Amino acid sequence: MRMPEPDQAILARRTEIARALGAIVPGEGVILEEDELRAYESDGLTAYRQLPMIAVLPETTDQVSRILKYCHENGVKVVPRGAGTSLSGGALPLADGVLLGLGKFSRILDIDFENRCVVVQPGVTNLGVTKAVEHAGFYYAPDPSSQIACTIGGNVAENSGGVHCLKYGLTTNNLLGLEVVLIDGTILRVGGKHLDSDAYDLLGLLTGSEGLLGVVTEVTVRVLKTPETARAVLLGFPTSEQSGDCVAAIIGAGIVPGGMEMMDKPAIHAAEAFVNAGYPLNVEALLIVELDGPQVEVDLLVAKVTEIAAAHGAVTSRVSNSEEERLVFWAGRKAAFPAIGRISPDYYCMDGTIPRHKLPLVLSRMREMSEKFDLRVANVFHAGDGNLHPLILYDANEPGELERAEEFGAEILKLCVEVGGVLTGEHGVGVEKRDLMGVMFSEADLRQQQRVKCAFDPDSLLNPGKMFPVLHRCAELGRMHIHGGKMPFPDLPRF
Amino acid sequence: MATLKPETPEQVLEAVTWAVAEETPLEVIGRGTKRALGRPVQAGNNLELSGLSGITLYEPEELVLSARAGTPVAEIEATLAAKNQMLAFEPADLGPLLGGEAGQGSIGGMLACNLAGPRRIKAGAARDHFLGAHAVAGRGEVFKTGGRVVKNVTGYDLCKLLAGSYGTLAVLTDVTVKVLPVAEKTRTVLLYGLDDAAAMKAMSRALQSSHEVSGAAHLPAALTGGSPISYIAEAGGAVTAIRVEGPGPSVEHRAAALRRELADVGETEELHSTNSAKLWAELRDVRPLSAHPERVIWKISVPPASGAQVVARIAHGQDALCFYDWGGGLIWLALPASDALAFAARHAAVRAALKDCGGHATLIRAPEDLRAQVPVFQPQDPGTAALTKRIKDSFDPRRVLNPGRMAAGV
Repeated sequence: MRMPEPDQAILARRTEIARALGAIVPGEGVILEEDELRAYESDGLTAYRQLPMIAVLPETTDQVSRILKYCHENGVKVVPRGAGTSLSGGALPLADGVLLGLGKFSRILDIDFENRCVVVQPGVTNLGVTKAVEHAGFYYAPDPSSQIACTIGGNVAENSGGVHCLKYGLTTNNLLGLEVVLIDGTILRVGGKHLDSDAYDLLGLLTGSEGLLGVVTEVTVRVLKTPETARAVLLGFPTSEQSGDCVAAIIGAGIVPGGMEMMDKPAIHAAEAFVNAGYPLNVEALLIVELDGPQVEVDLLVAKVTEIAAAHGAVTSRVSNSEEERLVFWAGRKAAFPAIGRISPDYYCMDGTIPRHKLPLVLSRMREMSEKFDLRVANVFHAGDGNLHPLILYDANEPGELERAEEFGAEILKLCVEVGGVLTGEHGVGVEKRDLMGVMFSEADLRQQQRVKCAFDPDSLLNPGKMFPVLHRCAELGRMHIHGGKMPFPDLPRF
Repeated sequence: MATLKPETPEQVLEAVTWAVAEETPLEVIGRGTKRALGRPVQAGNNLELSGLSGITLYEPEELVLSARAGTPVAEIEATLAAKNQMLAFEPADLGPLLGGEAGQGSIGGMLACNLAGPRRIKAGAARDHFLGAHAVAGRGEVFKTGGRVVKNVTGYDLCKLLAGSYGTLAVLTDVTVKVLPVAEKTRTVLLYGLDDAAAMKAMSRALQSSHEVSGAAHLPAALTGGSPISYIAEAGGAVTAIRVEGPGPSVEHRAAALRRELADVGETEELHSTNSAKLWAELRDVRPLSAHPERVIWKISVPPASGAQVVARIAHGQDALCFYDWGGGLIWLALPASDALAFAARHAAVRAALKDCGGHATLIRAPEDLRAQVPVFQPQDPGTAALTKRIKDSFDPRRVLNPGRMAAGV
């Protein structure tokens, strides 16, 4: 993976830049020592490492604004970072860039139950939001599996999902407002405690923009009352086709479960060996369907789901009868990644989304690829919304295996696009999938996206080298090619 | 002035390319039902998409539908209804409010205006269901964004930007939306005789419960008399309505729980599915204000707990009619028709009323000369206004698509 060539002129000015940043963030807010910078050299995509030129840890929006303004005026690149849990290399530093850590923005600013929202700083963890409101029976719905560690600011940048987004939406559907700082230092307030925008939806555009458009310094999220109750149904199927059909039938019956997760045989075995959740080992596919809401509704839907599963050949069908049992059902799924980590020195987690009915096809093609690349693959799958997480097992110490794993991964993602899906459902493009963007988008599609980038960051200083395979200059992107002066389709009727 | 009616995406591209070459702006119209919404557009020609129509993909089990941008919403809703599905954001039909007929709007127009009805509080707005689009940017270039799956973070979410851009960035040619199953049953709990402030509190309590409320509206006494639902028309005072939807036993349970929990605020009643459907369609399409076709109409979005205060500030000493949706967060306000001077003063009062709480006020209906006189949309701070212009530049540098519709220079 090639990153933009470091600018030697900037590197030569390192001391001067550090001094300028030190004047903005006094005390220990500027990090220069190599051993301290080491903490920021990679994120959750650990295959890529790069020490930043300087790390800076501001504490106020005003400091963020002054840092960005200085970097803008001096042509210095900036990489924003929350907790560094990105699985796509979104927070990978640049050799000639300033790493802007938002970890000190960790305060909860306002809890407003009357308007059912919470205002937090971006360094608050995802789970931290729920912790702040759970005493009153509320929670924050998006629940990425890294929720103990990942920050809300990072969730906004990546538009994070989670198991419950099938029913409750992604980050973008649960945000009300942002304070964001542009690269030139401009501080904007977007949204608030009200719904929607009557101008361009900057809130929606910024969510999932992977730190390329602005730095988020405050976030207002919606919080919901915790459902009265939740029960999970554990279903085992002899084939993944039957399991996939069962998912389609549940949705076809008008049921939108709180969560609906699938695991294939390798994932089931790894998870069961790790946490002893009592998963059946004689099935090809396991479904966990969670229903939440009032007791009467949950009981009704549990019965319906069990009935649908039986009609689709489920050989295992168990319903949780207590909160402990529900958590046990989930324990294996939630531990699936570390469980794979136990049976393989390394694994590479993919994140494509496909139309649900393509699942059997995609799984069978993946088995063929597994043989071709001679690498094992285990699948966990947000079955309700078609988001696949194939885990490719490899050993980085074996020469060539990492490259083979990456090639395997790229082929899976190309397959996802081929069957009508997308490259990434919730992990983001970052550096990881940057060079695959051309599989899904034409040159013209990507140019339009980059023109939007130019509206925010004309010199491409904010997180460059991520998301877009080719860095075009804004002047070049803005050029218009004018052709044709004839009135179009003159044979059509006009009024 | 000509009206171009392309029948293919290629013809849309041809029309925009021509407009760019000629430097002749186009007024972009879906089926023309919301032309009176926004600032008057100074355009040489119209680009109407009614010829670009038809559902191109509908997979009920995948909860997804694609259509040409000019497809009538009515056609889409009928197709979905046949499979017991719906556009869950409950898009308003603003046709009658704006002086036209009901049921005429297009899906492109609905998305371009980011419409949403009472279920906005639970299901989101058009923006939240807009999965993918093919469009022609004002530069005269075709691009696509998004896809046909719900979970997608590949590249910028330009669908969000196009939703609510009123055709000022690009002409939508094909769109894909998420659809959802229709709830089996609906119940609406009615609370009688609350003043605005008490209604805000009651709605907030309902929305803070775990009963998954999918609609919370308040009709002050002045607007209940004309309701087609007898339980409301004969109430003789204000009515607050709280909706729950879902499987039968669940809905009964939740409606009963709400009545129990809100018993301390006064007398309650309950509407079943048919009457509920009628009531929420009335509220969605702003029909409680339909007896006042001469009035100027504002749509105001504020933090829900601030709704009543905002209205009190604007209505002070004025002949104002209004009702609340979204638990108090959406105010439909009707002010008397007036001369330009009085109108300017009322406009200033509306803007001032939002200063403390935040939000936005949009002038939804007013004579053209008045819409040209004041900002129709919420005025922006200088930083946001500058960014807005740069975003416009990135799609439509020559200002050929709906120029000035949202703001001068955009």
